[in-house]
Order: sequence, then C-alpha cells, then structure tokens
Amino acid sequence: MKKIIKKILFIGLIIFLLMQLYQPARNESFEQDITSNFTKVYKVPKNVETILRTSCYDCHSNKTNYPWYSYIQPARFFMESHIKEGKENLNFNEWGNYSGRKQKNKLDRIAKQIKSNEMPLASYTLIHKNATLSATQKKEVLDWINKIENSL
Amino acid sequence: MSIAAILLLAVTYVNAQAGHNHSTMKMDNKKMDHSKMTIKSDAKAEAILSDYFNLKDALVNDDAKEAAQAGSKLIVSLKAFDRKTYKGMQQMELIEIIVDATEHAEHIVKSPIDHQREHFKTLSKDVADLLAITGTANPLYEQFCPMYDKGSAWLSTSKEVKNPYYGSKMLKCGSVKKQIN
Repeated sequence: MKKIIKKILFIGLIIFLLMQLYQPARNESFEQDITSNFTKVYKVPKNVETILRTSCYDCHSNKTNYPWYSYIQPARFFMESHIKEGKENLNFNEWGNYSGRKQKNKLDRIAKQIKSNEMPLASYTLIHKNATLSATQKKEVLDWINKIENSL
Repeated sequence: MSIAAILLLAVTYVNAQAGHNHSTMKMDNKKMDHSKMTIKSDAKAEAILSDYFNLKDALVNDDAKEAAQAGSKLIVSLKAFDRKTYKGMQQMELIEIIVDATEHAEHIVKSPIDHQREHFKTLSKDVADLLAITGTANPLYEQFCPMYDKGSAWLSTSKEVKNPYYGSKMLKCGSVKKQIN
C-alpha cells in the first residue's frame, strides 16, 4: 500500500515541477497614462476610481498586480484565463478606443454585473478580500455610472 | 467697342451653355422619385435580419440551445455584411454597429438564457439602428415590453406580440410601438 502511494506522490511531484516550466507573459504594461484610459475619458471621482482599481483592474486592465503564488502553476494558469477573458470583455485602459455605442453598452453591462453580484468574481474576492464590494461601494459606483449614462 | 461687344457675347454664350448643361444634365435625380419613399433593400442586411428573427423566436420559446445556434449564425451573417456600399458617416456607423452586434451575438452563443436575453436587448437596438440605414424590403414591427429591464424593445415580422424576454412566463406581455415599412 505504502509503495503505491509513494509512487503516486512522486509522479505528482514530477508533474507539478514540470508544470512550473510553463510561465506565459505577464499582464504588465508600463504605459498607464494613455489617453484611452477610462479615467482620462471621464472625470472619475477618486472614491470610484479606487474601487475600480481595487476590485476590477486586475482582470480588466493592462496591469495586473500579481500575488506571490502567481509564480506557481496551476494557480497561474487559472489566473491567466481569467485575465484573458476579462480583458476581452472589458479593458479600462482601452476604453477610449471603444466606439460611443460600445462605451454606452459597456457602462450598462458594468452596472448590471455589479448589481447582480456577478462581478467581481467570487473566486477572486475569496482570495482578495479587499476587492469585495460593500453595499456603500456598490452604490457609489452604480450612482456614478448612472450619472454618466444620463449625461451621454 | 465691338471687341467689348464680342467679349460680352462670348461670356454670355458660355454662361448660357453652362445653363443649358444644367438643365439637360442626365442625373440620377431624374430617376429618383422623391414623391414617395423608395423602399431600399440590402440582401446582406436581410440575411442578418433573418438570423435575428430566428434568435428572437428561440428566446420566445425559452430555448437557450437554439438561441446559441442562432447566435453563431448571426455572427456569420454580420461578418458577411458589405459596408462598402455605404459611404462616409453611414459606413462608420455601420462598422460600429456590426462590431457591437457581433460581440452580443458571441455572448449569446456561450451564455445561459438570462444573459442571452440581456444581450438580446442591446442587439435589438443595434439591428434597429442598422435597418435605419440599410432599409428593409418587408414590413416590420417594433414591439416593446415595459417590464423587462425598465423597458425593452425588439423587432418582429408579425403584429402578434410574443415576448422574447420572458418567453412562456409572460408570452403576450408587450405592444406594437411602431411599424417599419
């Protein structure tokens, strides 16, 4: 019995170590101050900006703040798939490049996702407790988005 | 004196020619009948519409799988749209519409029915805006449900109201807002 368990653990360890060889490029851009930034397109109040940066930007911008365990597979793999999909759907750094139509629709989507608690992802806030949106924070963001939508 | 007269005559003659040119201009203006709206039709736009209606029907029937399939067909017909037959601002607008509509169709392909319906709302607006530019050959109806997401519209080929946002839960909820064509 013990021999088999030892063998399985050994193979598991080898696979684990081999996995570490796969380290794709990280989502880290040094150009933060570009005109297509969401914060350059709108006058975003400081509190709303902080909320967005803390709870959204890791997956929805060009700069993810990677934690220490991001160097370890398979954690990194799951992270990258979230980041890739997140950026495809919404990238706050690319906001200025969206058409007016797309911007309007995205604002609507952001509000809906926050309202329904689908965003930020539960799997994300589980690890990043500070990214969880309190009722007050949700209201702040939603009220501001509503204000922008009405002004468009 | 006579030279001046000749010159004057020459200028008058040239001007008269120009005048004649305008009146005998064989422009499309003559062919275009401004007295009634010409019903425009774009085959590629009609293809998009057709796939849109299949999607709408699937949602009416609460069939997420069918809706996903209609969504993927819609992506194809959107891609096939030829915007080059339009110019300037219209072309720009059409490009934006197609890009946006495609994104919604893509989401519809991989979402559960609640999300499909959310995207269908914005997609319906995109398609309506598309039609405003391309026109359509057949009569269409814009229908409206005041309850879904603070009020949502959709397009239909028949006056009969069948709600794609609620499906069987509230099939008849809605009214015809206007007729297109």
